[in-house]
Amino acid sequence: MQPTPATHDRWQTLRQFTSARIALGRAGGSVRTRTLLEFRLAHARARDAVHMEFHGEALAAALGRAGYETWRLDTEAIDRRTYLLRPDLGRRLSPTAHEALAAQSAKWGKRDLAIIVSDGLSALAAERQTGAVLTCLVPLLRAAGWRLYPIFIAAFGRVKLQDEIGSLLGARHTLMLIGERPGLGAPDSLGAYFTYKPHASCTDANRNCVSNIRPEGFPPKAAAQKLAQLLLESARHGLSGVALKDVGGELPMPLSARAIA
Amino acid sequence: MPTPHWSINAGGLRYHFSSLRELMAKATPHRSGDELAGLAASSAEERVAAQLCLSEVPLAHFLEELLIPYETDEVTRLIVDTHDATAFAPVAGLTVGAFREWLLRYETDAHSLAALAPGLTPEMVAAVAKIMSNQDLILVAKKCRVVTRFRNTIGLPGRLSVRLQPNHPTDDPQGVAASIVDGLLYGCGDAVIGINPATDSVPAIETLLRLIDEVIQRYEIPTQSCVLAHVTTQLEAMRRGTPVDLVFQSIAGTEAANKSFGVSLSLLAEAQQAALALRRGTVGNNVMYFETGQGSALSAGAHHGVDQQTCEARAYAVARHFSPLLVNTVVGFIGPEYLYDGKQIIRAGLEDHFCGKLLGLPMGCDICYTNHAEACQDDMDTLLTLLGVAGCNYIMGIPGADDIMLGYQSTSFHDSHYLRQVLGLKPAPEFEAWLEKMRIVSGGQRLLPVGEHHALIDHVLA
Repeated sequence: MQPTPATHDRWQTLRQFTSARIALGRAGGSVRTRTLLEFRLAHARARDAVHMEFHGEALAAALGRAGYETWRLDTEAIDRRTYLLRPDLGRRLSPTAHEALAAQSAKWGKRDLAIIVSDGLSALAAERQTGAVLTCLVPLLRAAGWRLYPIFIAAFGRVKLQDEIGSLLGARHTLMLIGERPGLGAPDSLGAYFTYKPHASCTDANRNCVSNIRPEGFPPKAAAQKLAQLLLESARHGLSGVALKDVGGELPMPLSARAIA
Repeated sequence: MPTPHWSINAGGLRYHFSSLRELMAKATPHRSGDELAGLAASSAEERVAAQLCLSEVPLAHFLEELLIPYETDEVTRLIVDTHDATAFAPVAGLTVGAFREWLLRYETDAHSLAALAPGLTPEMVAAVAKIMSNQDLILVAKKCRVVTRFRNTIGLPGRLSVRLQPNHPTDDPQGVAASIVDGLLYGCGDAVIGINPATDSVPAIETLLRLIDEVIQRYEIPTQSCVLAHVTTQLEAMRRGTPVDLVFQSIAGTEAANKSFGVSLSLLAEAQQAALALRRGTVGNNVMYFETGQGSALSAGAHHGVDQQTCEARAYAVARHFSPLLVNTVVGFIGPEYLYDGKQIIRAGLEDHFCGKLLGLPMGCDICYTNHAEACQDDMDTLLTLLGVAGCNYIMGIPGADDIMLGYQSTSFHDSHYLRQVLGLKPAPEFEAWLEKMRIVSGGQRLLPVGEHHALIDHVLA
């Protein structure tokens, strides 16, 4: 260890109990140089994740190679700044996307589930975790007889965007996989929100959520299994949201979700 | 009485404002939430024209033209029904602009401001804040003195308290305990040891409340506990005999926004009575803890066309009705669609602290931001320093400023030592004495080296 004028904290052993930044040591009463710069690095990563360009084309190509049909959509939010300042615009399809989807809807017919992937507040999350979630989730639902639409890829979406898409298609369920607001130690965390019989007047109370999907949090495969279980429950009871939570699927809505919705 | 139309000449143009509500919104310093609501001034000049116009509005007019109708909103009824005309008398003949000058004169001091508080409505306070500069907001807030008590004394001159916020993503008891001990060994926790639970259920909060209570009892710490669940969860915990010190609730400035939080004035009164009945305070009876933040009313679709800073000030009318120990504005938590960047967050923090103090509240601030806002820790350093100068009662203390449960950044234990050093501030006196006794701090400010077998460390390992 390099010599340092700083004071080390003698309770390093408590770090085994939490990932909180405890026992940091100090220089006088202030943080040590390494602490200061490590914090700045974590924040820089989170900022880069928020502002990273969403490579929807590449994601579609990757999903195509894995055997999934995809369909690109966009919202009324035209760029990242607009997306951050106007959450209402990210909840609506662009007129072009709306028309194209409406025109296609009859051809597809009414199906059980529309899965929508959006960058949300972390393109990194959508790009890194989507494939692993779908690889596990889709076969489980198909085995239960579910008919799926192509995977929709929507840039600059908010959670509520699924209501417009779902009601336009007449889908029984929608599931949105969306990048969550990056935390300091988690720039690539994906959230999954589903709705039974989505329509314009749905609110967060009508949805269920699995959050913190990333290898170091809720691993994608385990999260997909949980989602499949919840979706099957939801179909069986014919409901979603708080009402589903009450019949056994206990999943607290994470507070971070409020920033996305 | 017909609604007056406000108008003024500025820059060769005549500006009209059709209502006091519109005038207030357009006079508000620029922020993204008012833009999102479609209430903001359409140009920089219109904003200042509105401020000029607002400065000429008589304070007494705010008692006549209500921004949200008396009949439809219980917060308006509370404001009107509890207004103290006698206390208002010293400023009753002033305009908003003259009121600013009255606040700034040498003769206006802690005593006269405390006497005035019951005579002020949130709308009057919000109005004067809109035309004040940042330094005005700091100077006048600094004159205010609001002291509250439960197991210690918070808000005395020369003191700065800290809420110890030991959150954990799964409420793991040992994980929470490790952060509590870290905070205590950094001399923090005199405002409250307050946990945001990951799960809002009675058994979950009972575990956490007993955990904190055991630490407080065993080491005879002169402080109080709180688990920031919904008020109904805390009420049920109290019915079951759980040791509840402070009752927490998030509140907003309109009846409809409070309804979206699942609360009403009567429910808050019930919770206050239940906590008072437990008689757990030793030096005082301030049993409530409230959190607020600009943008919450709009976010709930419950702002009634009123700007977010005025809605926030109205939340303080709710708070003061229940004599809280602590109130804090969680200023940057809500996101960039309400406060876009460091500049907007700093301004809002100063406004909220000023408005709360002028209305007689023990204001603290969660000086914070999220990763999708245009802000960084240096902006928080700036607001921290400004609020320290303004006499803020308390700030948050979170390990390394990183809340691993709520996913945002606030202020750290270390930050409190920075502020105490540069401004010569000490913890609450009872807590200071305890820190000396436990050989954690000497002289109220300097941290002592702590050995690896300090009782608090062994407490977590046991």
